Amino acid sequence: MLGIDPHSIIEIRKLSLRFGGLQVLHEIDLDVNAEEVLAVIGPNGAGKTSLFNCINGFYHPYEGEIIYEGKDLTRLKPHKIAEMGIARTFQNIELFSGLTALENLMAARHILMRRGALAGSLFFGPAKSEEIAHRGQVEEIIDLLEMESIRKKVVASLPYGQRKRVDLARALCMEPSVLLLDEPMAGMNVEEKEDMARFVLDIHELKKIPIVLVEHDMDVVMDICSRVAVLDFGIKIAEGRPSEIRADKRVIKAYLGED
Amino acid sequence: MRPCGIFDRNYGQDMAIIRTWQHWASLLGALVILYLFPLFGSYYLVSFINLAAISVIAVLGLQIVSGYCGQISFGQAAFMAVGAYTSSVLTTHFGVSFWLALPLSGVVAGAVGAIGGAPSLRIKGMYLAMATIAIHFVLIWLVLHLEITGSFKGLYPPSPTLGGFEFDTDEKMFYIIVSVMLIMTYCARNLVRTRVGRAFVAIRDNDLAGEVMGINLYYYKLLAFFISCFYAGIAGSLWAHLITVVNAEQFTLLHALEFVGMLIIGGMGSIPGVFFGVLFIKILNELVLFTSPVLAGAFPWLGSSPAAAMGLIAFGLAVSIFLIFEPRGLAHRWEIFKASYRLYPFAN
Repeated sequence: MLGIDPHSIIEIRKLSLRFGGLQVLHEIDLDVNAEEVLAVIGPNGAGKTSLFNCINGFYHPYEGEIIYEGKDLTRLKPHKIAEMGIARTFQNIELFSGLTALENLMAARHILMRRGALAGSLFFGPAKSEEIAHRGQVEEIIDLLEMESIRKKVVASLPYGQRKRVDLARALCMEPSVLLLDEPMAGMNVEEKEDMARFVLDIHELKKIPIVLVEHDMDVVMDICSRVAVLDFGIKIAEGRPSEIRADKRVIKAYLGED
Repeated sequence: MRPCGIFDRNYGQDMAIIRTWQHWASLLGALVILYLFPLFGSYYLVSFINLAAISVIAVLGLQIVSGYCGQISFGQAAFMAVGAYTSSVLTTHFGVSFWLALPLSGVVAGAVGAIGGAPSLRIKGMYLAMATIAIHFVLIWLVLHLEITGSFKGLYPPSPTLGGFEFDTDEKMFYIIVSVMLIMTYCARNLVRTRVGRAFVAIRDNDLAGEVMGINLYYYKLLAFFISCFYAGIAGSLWAHLITVVNAEQFTLLHALEFVGMLIIGGMGSIPGVFFGVLFIKILNELVLFTSPVLAGAFPWLGSSPAAAMGLIAFGLAVSIFLIFEPRGLAHRWEIFKASYRLYPFAN
């Protein structure tokens, strides 16, 4: 529609989600195109995280469908959707708190590994060579996100910014074909935000995958995103390039209210 | 925390549990002493180690389902009973050899455990604990009322034999029990550091995130229960052929509670912790056994059977103290000790 890349990876059609009497999402239409960084923005309670929860299977909408590379994933369970290649991070960092950063990343390679309980129990042989092979892959991501110093630290003991980074690395370790980032910069200082923005761009450059991110920081959104969709009270009110969104009257109204 | 001056050159070295020649030497030395122990150890100590090793196997199983996968189970004694009865029925009624009955009882107990663990798909925490208590009573009711399990009379399984050699004393059973325990420990330690073990911990720490990582919660929870009860079944089978009497009174809810207590004192989510916990409680029980007659003599007004009450009081007190002062158990203390030992003479 915008002529950047007509090939869409995820097609969301007339997606509606309701909790009892509360209309969380109302007939959302949204495409995620190949190799774009798409921002989903909107005031608090607009339904941004709910949209993510629909895509990765936590919520099942009562109407509409989500098509991912030609397959309908509207009714699938989260672990099936993960296997299909959609990874996400969380607004409130949902790490495996008792494991080290490295083990968190290895746990994320669950779907890419094959050895079961028996091979694992024996360890020497197939399980060990699989562990070593995947460790190599994980180390590359540790390298990319500059996490060498916290590799062996238990994540519960890490400061907030670094836990956020482990969360991103963990999603990346699944080798996804779509990455959903739920407020990757929330609660960070300027320096940490700059790091995170750099990582998002690096990942995009290196992996050539579409990245969808929910974000409140408009400067970040305008700087790193190629396209922006705006939600307000569960309705998509605008969609377009960052410069268009900045000038859109309805968006300004949603954020600032009417005079 | 690594000892100073030791650097890894590949990921295999980084993963290794036994890292230095000192580790190998102390492991081999300990194994040699352990296997020679019945030759010079007293009968009392040998039978103590036998019972402790059986508890270690049962608690290893509990560690996997509760400590690693986070599904609290009070059914471990009942699943041990399933193993003990399976092994006894197979050897007495069907003439199956012990060597086949041992793994089979693990598999049967595991299958029963996977069915028993099915409520974990819907309920968590305290509610699951209640459900497993219910499973305990159902299973014990069954063995008391079924004809094949000898109802309240129980069963008398034979001692294992191997080519005419009969393992009919505690010293001889020691070799079977300790060998099985070592194999089971090896498997448990490796299981928890590979793919399936990480999936278990993911479910324990954050089941929603685990699902987003592609972990099938249903499958892995049931697998955790299967493996846990497999361990209990093996422990039960060894128990049956060591004691050569099996009846329902050997598997009470109190035993299940004791296993959970061992887990808490040893430390949830640690394989060495299983050994710490079992030894702590077993030694505590022995101390109570020695001191209670003395106490009963000193304070006659305590009543006629203070030993049983004393044991429970000591157990409850120990678990409470650990929950308050060291909820991560003796294993955590051991880690702290190791870290400071390796850093010595520097700070920490």
